[in-house]
Amino acid sequence: MQAKSLAEILQEHPFLEGFKPEHVQKMAELALEVQFGRDQIIFREGQESGLFFLILSGKIALEVSAPGRIFRVQTLEAGEELGWSSVLGEGGKHFQARSLETVRALAFEGSRLRQLCEQDPAFGYALMKRLLKVVAERLQATRLQLLDVYAPRAAKLI
Amino acid sequence: MSTLATAVMTSIRARVGAVVKETHDTFTLTVSPADGQALEPFRPGQFNMLYVFGVGELPISISGDPEQPEQLVYTVRSVGQATHALVSRNPGDVIGVRGPFGTHWPVEAARGKDVLIVAGGIGLAPLRPVIYHVLRHRDDYVRLLVLYGARSPRDLLYRKQLAEWSRVPDTQVLTTVDYGGLSWRGHVGVVTTLFRQVRLHPAETVAFICGPEIMMRYVIRQLEARGVAPNDIYLSMERNMKCGVGFCGHCQLGPYFVCKDGPVFSYQQMRPWLDRHEI
Amino acid sequence: MSANMGLRTPAFHITRAGLGQLIAALRDCGYCVVGPRIRDGAIVLDVLERFDELPLGWSDEQEAGHYRLSQAPDGVAFGFNLGPQSWKKFLHPASLCIMQAERHNGDFKILEHAKSAPRYAFFGMRACELAAIQVLDRVFTGDQFVEPGYQARRKEAFLIAVQCTRAAPTCFCSSMGTGPRAEGGFDLALTELPGGGGFLVEVGSARGTELLERLEHQPATEEHRCQAEQAIAAAAAQIVRRIDTHDIVRRLYDAYASPHWDQIAKRCLACANCTLVCPTCFCTTVEDASSVPGDRAERWRKWDSCFTESFSYIHGGSVRMSVKSRYRQWLTHKLAAWVDQFEMFGCVGCGRCITWCPAKIDLTEEVKQLVASPG
Repeated sequence: MQAKSLAEILQEHPFLEGFKPEHVQKMAELALEVQFGRDQIIFREGQESGLFFLILSGKIALEVSAPGRIFRVQTLEAGEELGWSSVLGEGGKHFQARSLETVRALAFEGSRLRQLCEQDPAFGYALMKRLLKVVAERLQATRLQLLDVYAPRAAKLI
Repeated sequence: MSTLATAVMTSIRARVGAVVKETHDTFTLTVSPADGQALEPFRPGQFNMLYVFGVGELPISISGDPEQPEQLVYTVRSVGQATHALVSRNPGDVIGVRGPFGTHWPVEAARGKDVLIVAGGIGLAPLRPVIYHVLRHRDDYVRLLVLYGARSPRDLLYRKQLAEWSRVPDTQVLTTVDYGGLSWRGHVGVVTTLFRQVRLHPAETVAFICGPEIMMRYVIRQLEARGVAPNDIYLSMERNMKCGVGFCGHCQLGPYFVCKDGPVFSYQQMRPWLDRHEI
Repeated sequence: MSANMGLRTPAFHITRAGLGQLIAALRDCGYCVVGPRIRDGAIVLDVLERFDELPLGWSDEQEAGHYRLSQAPDGVAFGFNLGPQSWKKFLHPASLCIMQAERHNGDFKILEHAKSAPRYAFFGMRACELAAIQVLDRVFTGDQFVEPGYQARRKEAFLIAVQCTRAAPTCFCSSMGTGPRAEGGFDLALTELPGGGGFLVEVGSARGTELLERLEHQPATEEHRCQAEQAIAAAAAQIVRRIDTHDIVRRLYDAYASPHWDQIAKRCLACANCTLVCPTCFCTTVEDASSVPGDRAERWRKWDSCFTESFSYIHGGSVRMSVKSRYRQWLTHKLAAWVDQFEMFGCVGCGRCITWCPAKIDLTEEVKQLVASPG
């Protein structure tokens, strides 16, 4: 079986749905195939990791630690993205990312993606639009998480 | 007096057979009529008014198998004085049972289609009878999809059954928690994030949703965005109940009495009222 | 009005003394006669043993947030209208023990309830009050479930109506289609004739005929019938308040976001007076209590009101937290949701809620504002 080209793999990832073929090609040129084993730390909290990932398979957990505890606040799976903040290029990571099982992904250097956006505004617009959508969905989901809808309330009458 | 009349205003005595601890605050009671009376069969989604001597009555959804009506099963979360009294019953104790009351999950509307069950927290309990029914009549339905979210891993109900159900052919069971710890290697995120992992056939899907109201509203938003019709979406609503039979007036939601016109409603019915605050 | 008299219901005539005979006859038949009496400066409903306990010759001054007793014009017996109480206090008691149980170790037994209530004769019901009973009938016996206690009390009740010959300023029965003329639903209906001329008696049932046989009576003349019609017509002409019920269900539902609710909420005290005096408000709560040793338990059913904060309590909070939402619930239920639920209005236009509101909130005025500015 012939291995798929990076462009073909990218085309199939939901993040690039609707992207023009020339933009997919440009991203393919920046893509690096990576793999993580089970329980590998992909990046640590505070780390200036400049990588943005499109997950092809496996599961990644976002974690934050407090004294004596580690909280898993989100998991990301095939078809999702990790590290959008690298594309914006500001500051260190807010969470730690760990692969819960073997993970295959395509990695992109955030700085090079930004460079591409500056050079090709049409590509930049398409990428930012998609990134905004990802972040918006995360925000809404996170707000729902914050609501803690399952929390028991002290019921005085019943 | 017919059994029906008795069970409407007066409780029958039911003996507690077993009390199983599901989670740190949730227990499942199995009861059966103390004098061996034949019980009116219940339909998935209905509830009983359960009476603990001296404490009072509570509306609790039936979460057992509708084709085993001689055993009434209730999964109860202890959140206050009355629920605590209920879950503190010992095997052999007697409680009062009135009903069954309310509308049911219209499984008949899902025949020949995919059954999509979306549950949040204790909301899986009123939906379990649907799962039992679908598994007993597997050929009447196409796929069974169960999306279940809870607060944390220790709040998940029926874990063994969830694993069993996921092994049934043409069945997908996806579980998530709002937050997990080190030992949780499953999905973390609100239940709506599970939608990315199912491929829905919107015109061939009937959805049954139960959980906190906020969760149900967001799930419905996702379903509508994916093209499921309002008439194919059903939800179970909850309001303060004192009588369970439409006389005390407490459970009113817009023009509906949740005890008589619900608790199961189609989204078509609920749509004008769900977004109105303080209704 | 006169068109109705084309349908010739059997009508008779009794003198004022006949009233006394009527009450005595009812008591002889074993009825507990209840009707209007004066207590604490108001006309309330209570047991009547003799007809001179009736507030004959009295009248009332009623307006929004205002009630005073006054003297009726000379010779007028039933010159008063409604007091703060309604017949629901007998058919749907404010406080009732609905269950008793005994405990034996982990088991209990529900005790057989000796459900005996007195056989009531309601003396002096107005048209709007008859309509209110029909509303309660629909709620408690005409829907999915039947409330056996209400049904038993209702079946036994002997209803004697008094046709209104005077309307209070707070009355709006004509808007709701419930009066001032009672067309049916009574066993007997009395219309006071002018100048001490006794009463026209309409018979509405076989039971009514039987009772009338025990009194001195004569067939009604044309003159009697005419006078009665004129007296009732005079009451209709006195009605000043109105509600436009055209398409009111949709208009009230559509007024959910009206800014006018906020205006009402500034005044409403959520005191629940309106629900207490309303003849159709039926909400109740239950209280379970056990004896100190814990061997006996009772369940009491008590009147409740949607105006209380705890009424809609669930999962650690009330659905209707604001007074605004509670007033909106009450009004929308009474004039809109009730129609969806029971195919009739919940409001019978008796006006008690207007009279007894300490904040002088007038439902007829509020409805007008709400449909004018639905928001």
